[in-house]
Amino acid sequence: MTLSVLSRDWLLDENPETRLQAKLGQSYRMTRALMRNPLAVLGLVIILALLVVAAFAPWLAPYSPIEGSLSNRLLPPSAEHWMGTDELGRDILSRVIHGSRITLYIVLLVAVLSAPIGLVLGAVAGYFGGWVDRALMGVTDVFLSMPRLILALAFVAALGPGIGNAVIAITITAWPVYARIARAETLTIRNSDFIAAVRMLGGSHWRIVARHILPLCLSSTIIRVTLDMAGIILTAAGLGFIGLGAQPPAPEWGAMISRGRTFILDQWWVATMPGFAIVVVSLGFCLFGDGLRDVLDPRQRSK
Amino acid sequence: MALLEVENLKVRFPSESGMVEVVKGVSFSLGQERLGIVGESGSGKSMTGRALLGLIPKPGVVTADRMQFDGIDLTRLNERAFRRLRGARLSMILQDPKFSLNPVMTIGEQIGEALAFHGRMSAREQKQRVLKMLEAVRITDPERVYRLYPHEVSGGMGQRVMIAMMAVLEPDLMIADEPTSALDVSVRGQVLEILDDLVQRTGMGLIMISHDLNMVARWCDRILVMFNGRVVETCAAGKLGEATHPYTRGLLASLPRLDETRQTLPVLDRQSLGGL
Amino acid sequence: MIRIDKLNVHYGSAHVVRDVSLDIATGESFALVGESGSGKSTVLKALAGQIRDWSGTVDLGDVRLSPGKHPRELIRRVQMVFQDPYGSLHPRRTVDDHLDEPLQIHGLGDRDQRILSMLDAVGLARKFRFRLPHQLSGGQRQRVAIARALMLEPDILLLDEPTSALDVSVQAEILNLLKGLRAERGLTFLLVTHDLPVVSFLCDRLAVLKAGQIQEIAGVEQLRHRNLGSAYGRELVAAAEGVAAEQA
Repeated sequence: MTLSVLSRDWLLDENPETRLQAKLGQSYRMTRALMRNPLAVLGLVIILALLVVAAFAPWLAPYSPIEGSLSNRLLPPSAEHWMGTDELGRDILSRVIHGSRITLYIVLLVAVLSAPIGLVLGAVAGYFGGWVDRALMGVTDVFLSMPRLILALAFVAALGPGIGNAVIAITITAWPVYARIARAETLTIRNSDFIAAVRMLGGSHWRIVARHILPLCLSSTIIRVTLDMAGIILTAAGLGFIGLGAQPPAPEWGAMISRGRTFILDQWWVATMPGFAIVVVSLGFCLFGDGLRDVLDPRQRSK
Repeated sequence: MALLEVENLKVRFPSESGMVEVVKGVSFSLGQERLGIVGESGSGKSMTGRALLGLIPKPGVVTADRMQFDGIDLTRLNERAFRRLRGARLSMILQDPKFSLNPVMTIGEQIGEALAFHGRMSAREQKQRVLKMLEAVRITDPERVYRLYPHEVSGGMGQRVMIAMMAVLEPDLMIADEPTSALDVSVRGQVLEILDDLVQRTGMGLIMISHDLNMVARWCDRILVMFNGRVVETCAAGKLGEATHPYTRGLLASLPRLDETRQTLPVLDRQSLGGL
Repeated sequence: MIRIDKLNVHYGSAHVVRDVSLDIATGESFALVGESGSGKSTVLKALAGQIRDWSGTVDLGDVRLSPGKHPRELIRRVQMVFQDPYGSLHPRRTVDDHLDEPLQIHGLGDRDQRILSMLDAVGLARKFRFRLPHQLSGGQRQRVAIARALMLEPDILLLDEPTSALDVSVQAEILNLLKGLRAERGLTFLLVTHDLPVVSFLCDRLAVLKAGQIQEIAGVEQLRHRNLGSAYGRELVAAAEGVAAEQA
């Protein structure tokens, strides 16, 4: 028995005996489907690499990201400094590696904050309809009608520069999209018979929203969040670039590009290397999000 | 000569575990008659109808030893040639008119468009033809219906409009896929009568695809019973009661009757039929 | 068990149910028959608490219904089976989740045992317990829906065209199941359908509705002998028999 647990056959059993086996089997099937898509796997590898790099940054980075010696300023990429050095003689590779922490921090925090807010507000608006819907969606529309970066800029300007405020600003600009998606999804399911059935069984509104509607909105939101990650990274980088995000000497990628701008013609690597990191990570999230959509939402699969 | 001859028609779809055959070698021929194809969901009856019209969506594959419509080899037709044939000589009526009519065009415009697409005539002449056709499907006030939008008519009326649209080009063969399933019982009779009337008058062939044994038995000349992608029984419609195949017999028996007194209905033994 | 007196329902300006009165005994199987737009489903929805605006008096057992409210004691008493077995199950929840939910909501114990015996009762093999709806056939889904409705052991089952979306041979299985369950559990059925032979098999009495009004209430024997009293009732019988509606 112990051996059969977690074997492939046990996971793929058409007739699972317990809830646990059924749930594990489902996740296994999904994982397998995801693994069949090479681009999604590439995306996943990139994201995992980002996680590993961020986790072990102090050990992976060859030099300090903050201190450099002015005698080494603006060295081109070489065996000692793979990505060269910046105008203060700091090793760019080390700064990019440490920067991954900031990026990850921003991205995760924004996702964790904005997705649930959007999801719940959208589902509640869609489920109850009426004035609740009009009020919530009115607010959502106000946020949606403004360009994201500019709105974030306004909030940071009001709150003061810094990573924490950047996260808050990006969150404020990110949730309305999820609310819209969740509401649209909720509208298509709130009148279905299975919701009526739960209501007849005596399920409370809270229960219906939490256990029946939210899980159905979840996959489209997860997909959207993953695809949005690239946008979030770029917004964060944009804020950093303008100088309203992470403050020097923090090795934030956007801010690094901003500093490198001055030397872009003669010392291209200063701006290019962090830019490269942004592109790769954004791409990773995009590819993974696409793959995730194919698995979670077969209806929208691109032919 | 038969209007349509089909030999060993197969329809396959690729799936994760290889090709799945949904139609497994169907053969029949059709003259100027009303042929009913009956079967349950998954029997391949609709796919057979679609294959005849070249409407199997990709990545489905259609093969046949022979598929000839009035001397034209349908297996060799490309998409463009098929499109010219459809409407003009072959046409199809689908289950729910709500999904087949364009919601933003008036009924008159839609029927007229079919005419305009396949031949030249003046706008006046076109309108006359459309009005006449609407009359032919027993719409009492064609002038008014001509100007209505699809959502403004009832289901039965919509299906009649659909038939008018398909029949206005006087096709030689019409395929009706569950033409009355979405309609109320009292309207069903009318719609079927109209179809019947068209067959009598124009001499077109009609293939009626349905799950409803009794309806098909009543309105067709001949019946094919499909199960699991194959034709398991062919018989004259009047002789459905004498059907021999266990599947057909099982289906007939499992249907409740108006004067039902049985305590339990006999149920198909799928196990024994599964091997077919 | 079900007593309806002068039920009226308005949708906006449309008066869809007009003065419908019914008296259905405990253990009886009663059918509401009519075409689309006859108001037959609306009556059912009012009893199920799915529409808010109606007037009249409705008593289910000793509980009086009031518009817009669905008291808790009613939930244990009245459940419903829907027409479309594809739409009535949550696509991401297993059979087990569906059957467990009513037990959770009402805090009932012994859940494993209850679920297993219910699976047996509706003729679903236990191996289906942890399957998702898309892994089941239409007939199996309808069995799940029936099982879910019976989990709370109601007295009244509202059936909204429970077999019209199913294949003929599957319809026979579900009809047999429903008939058996009613006999075993002494259920009262209120069935909405347009299919007269189904009424003939499953019901004791029927009401014929047209344009929101009851045309007649008849015993099933009358139906079997094609002997309905109202003109519209005879029209429906004729249509079911396949005689083209000559008055059309």
